[in-house]
Amino acid sequence: MPTRSPQDAGKPDTTSGEGIPGGTRRDFLKQSTVLSALALTPPSALMAADRKWDEKIADALEQVTVNLEVNGVAHTVKIDPRVTLLDLLREHLDLTGSKKGCDRGQCGACTVHVNGKRINSCLSLAVTNEGKKITTIEGLAHGDQLHPMQEAFIAHDGFQCGYCTSGQIMSAVALVREGRTATREQISEFMSGNICRCGAYSNIVKAIQEAKNKSL
Amino acid sequence: MNPFQYSRPAAVSGAIQSALKEPHAQFLAGGTNLVDLMKMGVVQPERLVDINPLPLKGIEKTGAGLRIGALSTNSEVADHALVLESYPLLSLAINAGASPQLRNMATVGGNLMQRTRCNYFFDTAMPCNKRTPGSGCGALTGYNRMHALFGASDQCIAVNPGDMSVALAALDAVVHVAGPRGERKIQIADFHRLPGDHPEKDNTLERGELIIAVDLPGSTAGFHKHTHYLKIRDRSSYAFALVSVAAALEINGGTITGARLAMGGVAHKPWRLHETEAFLKGRTASDEIFSQAARLAMRDAKAYRYNQFKLTMAPNAILQALKTASA
Repeated sequence: MPTRSPQDAGKPDTTSGEGIPGGTRRDFLKQSTVLSALALTPPSALMAADRKWDEKIADALEQVTVNLEVNGVAHTVKIDPRVTLLDLLREHLDLTGSKKGCDRGQCGACTVHVNGKRINSCLSLAVTNEGKKITTIEGLAHGDQLHPMQEAFIAHDGFQCGYCTSGQIMSAVALVREGRTATREQISEFMSGNICRCGAYSNIVKAIQEAKNKSL
Repeated sequence: MNPFQYSRPAAVSGAIQSALKEPHAQFLAGGTNLVDLMKMGVVQPERLVDINPLPLKGIEKTGAGLRIGALSTNSEVADHALVLESYPLLSLAINAGASPQLRNMATVGGNLMQRTRCNYFFDTAMPCNKRTPGSGCGALTGYNRMHALFGASDQCIAVNPGDMSVALAALDAVVHVAGPRGERKIQIADFHRLPGDHPEKDNTLERGELIIAVDLPGSTAGFHKHTHYLKIRDRSSYAFALVSVAAALEINGGTITGARLAMGGVAHKPWRLHETEAFLKGRTASDEIFSQAARLAMRDAKAYRYNQFKLTMAPNAILQALKTASA
């Protein structure tokens, strides 16, 4: 699969759009999502749509406005109520640091903080976050100054492939705030919502043990 | 995920009215179970009534007991000083379930509504009387390793997967609900139901009824000294119970003066062990008595092809939970 250099960030992704006339892969996916939505719409609703959009179907496809703050920046977005907080962050706000692993609340790769509490953003419908303050991995560093937990993960090699890392770090920062770092066992237990298939657990624990005494 | 109407009422009465507008409306709280089920196509509500803004949070004293608002999160309950002081069993059970992230989202009311984790229920290509009444039970002759020992029917052998509910069953909790005809109280023992001929019904709530609070009675506050929640699972954290045991004892001078016991992962509802409790009362706390109690608890157990191991695991878990609780 072609890779993109950081310089390409923000430019349309044309590297993987083969076979999709006049569009990028992402456009294609967005369009096909709309088609899927229509395909999944029950026949009764389509009949209703035929009759000049009766209230029911209009409601069902209505975009809902949600106001929320992400990493200190206020956003007002209109979204389909089916959109999860994770997809809002990644697909609408271009904050792709939070990862989609299982998309079912089982792996923790999507962990973010909502009003200071760590949660799985894949199981939170975005519309239920009205007025909430969200912190993602992008909100931890101050410019080039990494957060102490990020520094500790690098110092202790707390990852291999890196896919789970943003979730691990968000969970670890919350863990320290929760005061669940007394022992190695306690750290393991209260980090159990973050799965690492590379098996970097022992180094993750070491990173947390180092960072826990620094101001977070 | 199927398209749905989204409503966000500001009052309990509005939420109930909103839910009544569609036959398959669902209340949405933490979403940790419901959103997952919707993604899998297992449930397809036409309307989601977001109850998160409702004033149903908080934990307060009620005479000798506690009232827990239905929207209190699992972590808020588990960490609450009043819960830790009088009902540590509830904290132990909650912290044995899910992950810290999920416990920050999941609510007490939502947790009571948690659906089974039976693979046949989740797999829409398979028969399941709970998901699609009349389609059959895939688990009955299928891969039934996680399934019931008690109270199952030939329609459904799934188990209630919860931990919190097991502690609530042992502690004689009372569920407060509001509905189209006003408010009512449901004893926890009567809240969840056995599958019988209607496994699609997990509980005894009626259409439009919403859980607003859970009461813990003063009568079980005295069990805080000798209490334990033992959960046996495939990995040491973040997995559903194969078998779990909530045990709370009152012991005076070595004699058991009261016992509360419930099991998880073995039935369609939290499985309260009344007969075993009666056996323990008045007897001396000892390993021999606990072993007899464990055998008694298993008397009506019935295993299936792949969960035979639970017939050994469950009494061992009861014995160990009683030993730890009494120590």
